[in-house]
Amino acid sequence: MSTTPSAAVAVSDLDVKSDFPILSRQVHGKPLVYLDNGATTQKPLAVIEAEREFYLADNANIHRGVHWLSQHATERYDAARARVQRFLNAAAPEEIVFTRGTTEAINLVANSWGRANLRAGDEILLTTLEHHSNIVPWQLLCEQLGCTLKVVPVNAAGELELDAFEQLLGERTRLLAITHVSNALGTINPVAELCARARAVGAVTLIDGAQAVAHARVDVQAIGCDFYAFSGHKLYAPTGIGALYARRELLDAMPPWQGGGDMIYTVSFTGSTWAPAPQRFEAGTPNIAGAIALAAAIDYLDGIGLERVAAHEDALLAHATATIGAIEGVRLIGTARHKAAILSFLVDGIHPHDLGTILDTEGVAIRAGHHCAMPLMECFGLPGTARASLALYNTPADIDALAAAIDKAQQLFGTRRTA
Amino acid sequence: MNIGAPDLRELYQEVIFDHNRKPRNYRKLDPHSHHARGHNPLCGDQLEVFLQVKDGIVEDVSFEGQGCAISTASASLMTEAIKGKPLAEVEALFENFHALLTDSNAAPERDFGKLAVFAGVREFPARVKCATLAWHTLHNALSGAQEAARTE
Repeated sequence: MSTTPSAAVAVSDLDVKSDFPILSRQVHGKPLVYLDNGATTQKPLAVIEAEREFYLADNANIHRGVHWLSQHATERYDAARARVQRFLNAAAPEEIVFTRGTTEAINLVANSWGRANLRAGDEILLTTLEHHSNIVPWQLLCEQLGCTLKVVPVNAAGELELDAFEQLLGERTRLLAITHVSNALGTINPVAELCARARAVGAVTLIDGAQAVAHARVDVQAIGCDFYAFSGHKLYAPTGIGALYARRELLDAMPPWQGGGDMIYTVSFTGSTWAPAPQRFEAGTPNIAGAIALAAAIDYLDGIGLERVAAHEDALLAHATATIGAIEGVRLIGTARHKAAILSFLVDGIHPHDLGTILDTEGVAIRAGHHCAMPLMECFGLPGTARASLALYNTPADIDALAAAIDKAQQLFGTRRTA
Repeated sequence: MNIGAPDLRELYQEVIFDHNRKPRNYRKLDPHSHHARGHNPLCGDQLEVFLQVKDGIVEDVSFEGQGCAISTASASLMTEAIKGKPLAEVEALFENFHALLTDSNAAPERDFGKLAVFAGVREFPARVKCATLAWHTLHNALSGAQEAARTE
């Protein structure tokens, strides 16, 4: 084994694996060690049951029925919105728009706020750390409107170059769209400071919170952003549900982006009028069960306490960094001072894709590849990395299983002397 | 349901390690009559295949690029397998090889030589595209396709 006892770091005793039924299954005859939480998290029984209970007892369409069940479903859906509002500390439930996830939330802002407010020559400021979902919607918009993308570079540790940020930020900057936590490297960006700087030049701010919300308390008013997007499925909730926080002043002035039922006030062939926000941005029947399950996931997370989750994950990341980083031939990619529980790495002589296959046969699930951040990988001169991304249910034993599996891969490839 | 572990040794046989460490015909072929690029964006595998074809025979073939052990070894073994072969035979081998990796029932009874090691890839569906990238690139080079070959 390659782990050194001295590298072990005290980790909190948080152990909630038994809350997550899937974590007791085996893969390839081995206990599942799930370290691909940056892609999606597993769901606790409380969330699975919440969705099941909705369909068993409460299912009806919302905002249209005079019957009791429809009103009941509407109340539950609205309660879920209020739950998300409290979770993010938004000022009002009307500032929360349910979406399919982060990607749809960003596309909503691009297509509604962007088309209504941006002009040729305007600049949108992004960073090298962005996921494709916070790059491509803006590229599409720039092609249509003649705006320009500007990109804040990162240093060798994977931290934003703040001097370059200051230089790129200017009076032409109309929007700062930036990730809270890098999905590929784990870098935590100083979003409150960056939003304050952007506000000072009159720019609107959007935070991609997909990788942040499950790992630390997020307070959109303290951050001071105009938009904050996240996905339920990375927060222990089902896929297909997420939310956009939008400051009310902006949201109320934004035009619809998708037309259909539920987003209108009146419809006639001479013209239609729109429902107020947030309904104006939720055309068609939404993912009602998903929203209710999302609220259940937030309840579950708050039941444990996000501060406790953050402390557990920080300790686990320190343990993982020491343990995996100490393996001969392993190089960690992304060593920012402020990091969330994501470990990107390379193993000498073993392509990440080969490593992923070998780890999988040991029951260890990681991601191998470019992590939907191709510009970032290009910046580091890498085709991709192996990535272990941690969640509240991971334990030091999971990290040790990862280390043992890497050791097995090195033995198979003959790239390391066996101990 | 528990799934038994597929045997890693079926996938990573010594011949694959050998060709990954020391890829054969790894160079740019100049002059060449045919050339194509292949790209697998999901894993970042990229390679180029060069051929010198004369009178319907592959006189020489080479490749360059970077990728995982499976894609590198597959490209290397492919160059060995097709050098000196008539084009019709190369195309047939491409079809047969693809069947070998994806559908055991469709794979013909033939001597695949060293290429037979890739039968193990069948147990790892996520890796089939790694093993076929070089072949798709070869196919594009010979058919004059302008776009880079993709196995995504």
